[in-house]
Amino acid sequence: MTRGLALVIALAIGCGSSADPQGQTLAGVKQRGEITWGADIQGGEPFVYENPQNRSELLGFEVDIMNAIARRLGVKARMVQYAWSNLVPSLERGDFDVVMNGLESTAERRDRILLSEPYFVYAETLTVRAGDPARSIFELSGKRVGTLNQTFAHDILLLTKGIEPKVYEGNEEPYRDLELGRTDAVLLDNIIADRYGCNQKTLYCVPYDVARGTYVIGMRKGDTELKAAIDAALVAMRKDGELEQILRKAKLWDDRQAVQEAGPGVKRAVNSFDGDMFLQFLAAAWVTLQLSVIAFLIAVPLGMLLAVARVYGGLPVRAIARLYIEVFRGTPVLLQLFVLYYGLASYVNLGPMQAAIIGLGLNYAAYEAEVYRGALLAIPRGQGEAARALGLSPLQTLWHVMIPQALRIALPPMTNDFVSLLKDSSLVSVITVIELTKRMTIAAVDLRGWLVPGLACAAFYLVLSFPLSELARRLERRLARDQRPHTL
Amino acid sequence: MISVRTLCKRHGARSVLENVSAEVAKGETIAIVGPSGGGKSTLLRCMNYLESFDKGSVKIAGFELRPGMVAGKDARTLRAMRSRVGMVFQQFNLFPHLSAIDNITLAPRVVKRTLKGKSETRALELLAKVGLRDRAGAFPHELSGGQQQRVAIARALAQEPDVLLFDEPTSALDPEMRDDVMEVIRDLAKGGMTMLVVTHEMQFAHDIASRVWVIDKGTIAEDGPPSQVVDDPQTAVAKEFFARLRSAKH
Repeated sequence: MTRGLALVIALAIGCGSSADPQGQTLAGVKQRGEITWGADIQGGEPFVYENPQNRSELLGFEVDIMNAIARRLGVKARMVQYAWSNLVPSLERGDFDVVMNGLESTAERRDRILLSEPYFVYAETLTVRAGDPARSIFELSGKRVGTLNQTFAHDILLLTKGIEPKVYEGNEEPYRDLELGRTDAVLLDNIIADRYGCNQKTLYCVPYDVARGTYVIGMRKGDTELKAAIDAALVAMRKDGELEQILRKAKLWDDRQAVQEAGPGVKRAVNSFDGDMFLQFLAAAWVTLQLSVIAFLIAVPLGMLLAVARVYGGLPVRAIARLYIEVFRGTPVLLQLFVLYYGLASYVNLGPMQAAIIGLGLNYAAYEAEVYRGALLAIPRGQGEAARALGLSPLQTLWHVMIPQALRIALPPMTNDFVSLLKDSSLVSVITVIELTKRMTIAAVDLRGWLVPGLACAAFYLVLSFPLSELARRLERRLARDQRPHTL
Repeated sequence: MISVRTLCKRHGARSVLENVSAEVAKGETIAIVGPSGGGKSTLLRCMNYLESFDKGSVKIAGFELRPGMVAGKDARTLRAMRSRVGMVFQQFNLFPHLSAIDNITLAPRVVKRTLKGKSETRALELLAKVGLRDRAGAFPHELSGGQQQRVAIARALAQEPDVLLFDEPTSALDPEMRDDVMEVIRDLAKGGMTMLVVTHEMQFAHDIASRVWVIDKGTIAEDGPPSQVVDDPQTAVAKEFFARLRSAKH
């Protein structure tokens, strides 16, 4: 009955989900003649990646394994691109049939979805800077250790006392920051460490496995028939040597693969939204507030300078200001943050918080500049004439007459921009700053759900933005006393 | 006090001022009248170089203005001149973000670096002079047009200028407010201030001015005491102009 209702609703909404009825995925796969699997090519070589010679072709050992499984099931395999951290929720929503993308077998994941037999045994590898004597994570108390979000390595770091985990989204950035001294070690799967860390002369990979674990294929709860079929295919592939052949081809075969053991099964408890988590949200909200306020304190004077340059400057000054505005307004903030934090790292080594503040400040200055330009142009001509007639110099006229009036006019759009900045500050999580939105996504993993942390996060944003808009409203009333609305 | 020599100004092909020459002695009050578009305001605005000119020269309050003055040393000369030559505009142009007293003290404090206390004492004196001693803290939007214009006069006086220029000071005001402003200008005239006043007020030209200029087509068509120019105009343009003003009045 409920299932029928859900189906009706799904059809009525026309959400176009290709999901088969619960537990019927295998039948659906056979019927469609195709198994879809979710993965993220950002994970790169050797998992799933585009053939550099032919961009439409996908390579990687997971592609080969999935094709082999599909062949054994008598169907074709098709990869579906998803952001890695969204793979499991998307699987549960029914966007594709299975997940296969370096998905580690962990106890908490096993609580949530079905996991297949392992197809690869990996080792958590600790990487430190060459010359650093540390050889185990227990020597890193009080140190910053980089890893990827939602990984087994992250769980290990969280369970190790005194370590401050720094969470990244990409494979290369943790090692880059380690080289630059922004972190003290990196803990990640050996596949990633071998390719991005151990080949750097300035880094050293500790040869002893911190832990071992396995990569598995994830399926929706209830798809026991599909799990049985995929497990059978994997066991057969292990027996007849096809798995070894695929892994050897990708230069991934090592002694660890021969040992058929499960991961150590560290289990992080399912948390509830308790006092500790509230404090974490509070701390994250403080980061968001600091970021936004300081960035805006950069954006306002810089924006005013740019606006003045555009309105009153000579041709070269005007051109420079215009170029600045076009570049910073015309490219994504995300890109600017990446360039500032990673791209310029060898010239200026900024901390993540510094880079975030400067990046947002420089970006918003471009928007503020245009707001102030409009405001400066809206000031009646007579104001400048009166100031000149009183003998004020151009600078004095700007400072005492034009800028105060421009700010009054610009107050409503500035408030708008500040609230927008408050929310845009969530973008800085890409350079490892844990602010409100990032805290929410981390909590969502801990709580196995998005609803509670999502609502908490929304509440915090409102608590931050509402007093600010209220403050701006009062300021407006005080400063723009004479700017009452015209009667229509 | 003021000496204008063969002043010429063009807007593209159109000649706005044509060979204007005139002398103004200290303590004189000149009413500048004439039909619209004749060049009255332009002539006035050339006096403190709010508008530049193409030929000729203006000597005012000890400064000489020439064509093409702009950056560098000229800019400093212009600023020094402007603090000796006050100006009052048709639209008042008070700074809306500053109270009456702050409007008055801005230039003394910023340009002459007068101490805050001293400039405020002087500003209160000036406000008393224009009859607004009790509105020192009011913002422009809280004042009537006539009050705003009187604050603007006080602002122009705050730098102790040698000359005051008025560009149609009462044209934007209701009739009942004009008298208050006129009263202030009359007092200034009595006190010996040198003033040039572009105006359409018949009464002003007749009763207050020591001399009247009728300006038409970029030249001074008539120049003389009111008893001569207003009561017995010689040129056709002056005759027609005063006749129209009189008929409008009745």
